[in-house]
Amino acid sequence: MGFDFDVIQRSWSYLFLEGMTFTVTLTLLAMTGGIIFGTLLAMMRLSAFKPLSAAAGAYVNLMRSVPLVLVIFWFFFLVPYIGAWITGASQPVKVGAWMSAVITFTMFEAAYYCEIMRAGIQSIPRGQVWAGYALGLNYWQSMGQIVLPQAFRNMLPILLTQTIILFQDTSLVYVISATDFLGAASKVANRDYRLVEMYTFVAVVYFIISYGLSTVVKRLQDRIAIIR
Amino acid sequence: MGYHWNWKVLLDTEPGGTGTYLQYLIVGLGWTLVTALAAWVIALAIGALVGTLRTTPYPWVVRAGNLYVEIFRNVPLIVQMFLWFFVMPELLPQELGDWIKQMPPPWGSFIPAVLCLGIFTSVRIAEQVRAGINSLPRGQRMAGTALGLTLGQTYRHVVLPQAFRIILPPLTSESMNIIKNSSVALTIGLLELTGRARAMQEFSFRVFEAFATATVIYLLTNLVVVLLMRAIEHKVRVPGLIGSQTVQAGH
Repeated sequence: MGFDFDVIQRSWSYLFLEGMTFTVTLTLLAMTGGIIFGTLLAMMRLSAFKPLSAAAGAYVNLMRSVPLVLVIFWFFFLVPYIGAWITGASQPVKVGAWMSAVITFTMFEAAYYCEIMRAGIQSIPRGQVWAGYALGLNYWQSMGQIVLPQAFRNMLPILLTQTIILFQDTSLVYVISATDFLGAASKVANRDYRLVEMYTFVAVVYFIISYGLSTVVKRLQDRIAIIR
Repeated sequence: MGYHWNWKVLLDTEPGGTGTYLQYLIVGLGWTLVTALAAWVIALAIGALVGTLRTTPYPWVVRAGNLYVEIFRNVPLIVQMFLWFFVMPELLPQELGDWIKQMPPPWGSFIPAVLCLGIFTSVRIAEQVRAGINSLPRGQRMAGTALGLTLGQTYRHVVLPQAFRIILPPLTSESMNIIKNSSVALTIGLLELTGRARAMQEFSFRVFEAFATATVIYLLTNLVVVLLMRAIEHKVRVPGLIGSQTVQAGH
């Protein structure tokens, strides 16, 4: 049997300009949205107002108990109905794989980022918040100016590690036939019947990027570690 | 929201004629659990071995262990599934490859799925085991040496019995992860719970009944696993230690 690695060169621009761009953009959007939404969830979970913390806790536990593939399916079918509900349309709105993927990953990763930020917030000595209140700051000021900056810094390596996992997990949009890096490769592989070459290449590319990023995170971890 | 629920669909006969949709999904849960359990055995065996080897004083062994961990940690699970399912049979000798490709369903996708999931998870367990061993005070090993134990004996009688008890809490979350991750096997044609919910949605057009039922089944399964692991944890807890909870990234 012969291998034909030319197929990679022939489909290079499709793989990277279309596929990898999808993957990277999705990762960055879901990271940004996930960290913002996750931090809000973490603040809700730590709230003294019971219904608020219970609601956030239920959301986080639900997301963390269900496989990502199932969540992707859920949102793929649910988002058109939510869209119809928001816009008041009588028919489910057409959303498409891209929009659906962005919403899914933002909502799903928020649950994981939430748990990281919660641990980060809890790692700050309570006296600092009291000191903030004693200086006359309100809840949002002491959170925004004292607690969150430190929590964020302490948790930065774990937040980035979670982002590398997110980057790898975006490949699961394959199940809704989106054209991310894996989706693009799989379409070429099936068209030209070059599955061995394409999937091996995909694995190598993912490995290089993820390994490279995790090396950077490790360096960063050593550099920003607070000496106590 | 303009969606008409029809829960009675769960009692309709599925097109394959094996029973109702509800039974169809529960058989799916069976496949999920069998896949996860078989992979869990592989993952624990390899993970414990690799994790232990990475704490030994032999640089080459440590390096080989690190290489193994880095390879299987940095490639997405679905891509690894495709490597086991599409690529591996092509790289083996012709007869063996053909034999694998001709395995009747579901074994043709079950076996690659179990191998893939087992090895994927073994890396995460190896990390836990290594962290568990490294969390022990150095004096424990030195005491072993001072008592005249060999390296092997120190591991066998001093280090590993403590390490395995320490890492049980993180193993709980890994055992839930392996159940969730087994859903990725639907991409290579294994009809486990998520795959069957998807199939049910295609056959019956009852989207949300199918996914909601699958979600409830996953939640119940998680609950059972948590209670089970909590009971085990309680039994093997090292007396005198504060139970520790660590944060880590996950999916």
